Amino acid sequence: MTGVLPVALEEATKVIQALLVAGKEYVGVMKLHKDAPEGKVREVFNEFQGKIYQRPPTRASVKKAIRVRTIYYLDILEIEGRNILFKVGCEAGTYIRKLVFDIGRALGCGAHMHELRRIRAGPFTEDKNMVTLHDILYLYDRWREAGDIKMLRKFILPMERALDFMPKIFIRDSAVDAICHGAHLTAPGITHVESGIKPSDKVAVFTLKGEAVALGTAIASTEEILKATHGIMVKTDRVLMPRGIYPKLWK
Amino acid sequence: MRDKAPWNIKRELLTKSEDETDPKYGCRPEERQYPDIVRFGIINLDKPSGPSSHEVTAWVKRILGIEHAGHGGTLEPAIYLGLWAWRSQSDRRSTRSLRGGN
Repeated sequence: MTGVLPVALEEATKVIQALLVAGKEYVGVMKLHKDAPEGKVREVFNEFQGKIYQRPPTRASVKKAIRVRTIYYLDILEIEGRNILFKVGCEAGTYIRKLVFDIGRALGCGAHMHELRRIRAGPFTEDKNMVTLHDILYLYDRWREAGDIKMLRKFILPMERALDFMPKIFIRDSAVDAICHGAHLTAPGITHVESGIKPSDKVAVFTLKGEAVALGTAIASTEEILKATHGIMVKTDRVLMPRGIYPKLWK
Repeated sequence: MRDKAPWNIKRELLTKSEDETDPKYGCRPEERQYPDIVRFGIINLDKPSGPSSHEVTAWVKRILGIEHAGHGGTLEPAIYLGLWAWRSQSDRRSTRSLRGGN
């Protein structure tokens, strides 16, 4: 399989956990084993949108219990004989090969996946800032030769980009270092909060300069956070920023 | 109604209380200098079809001369690895049965 593979470097490897649970988007070619009427194909494709039940493939490395996955959309891009070019947006952990197999079974004719390319992993897509191994080799060499930092910026993105679709909470300078030491985030430290946060949602905590400080779990909703004057609002799950970058203003 | 993909959800930034940030501390992510640009960096890599995600990640590590790198979401279904293991196992099994037959 080819396509979008975010590679996190050094300290940034800590953001990978956010990417593993992020949604994915694929383009693939499905091959039907017998002819099937186009109307039926479109009907079955529609049925596989929304919540689906999926049993991981027999040889997958996870538990074989049936699990629920959300298919955000499943679009047919082109039908040519028994070949169907499709695009799917899905929750992390959806087996596309299995999805194709199950669609084939629902159609009654059987099907398998012929080709697959990932075009999105969380916020990373193939049409924005994507580079090949050759690009990396070339640009890194140019950086080494001339010391032009622009060459690095051409292929290395800030780790914060991995969190673009997570609900965000921004905090004061004075609250940063306590979080870096593993403290939970309390109401007075918060300056801004994004809409739509519900208790137990995974959130990202940012400085006012836009640096990622930590990943956490919201204890309160956006509305509650806006009103609160004290108390823990976010439990810190994973600290992303090293200690000591911001002043230690806490006791 | 169908669930929206996370990338199709629009969020609004709401202000709880204004504050300013001191330029003495930290750095805007887009303005990081070397080596922080690498330390806190992520690459949106177009994985070629041959090598595994792990191999490709190891190459990136070697090119950049760094200690750690990790990829977000393996790009080959575990079924391939499993199938390979199963096949090599069944190869062994058939070898054994061949020997047994001898």
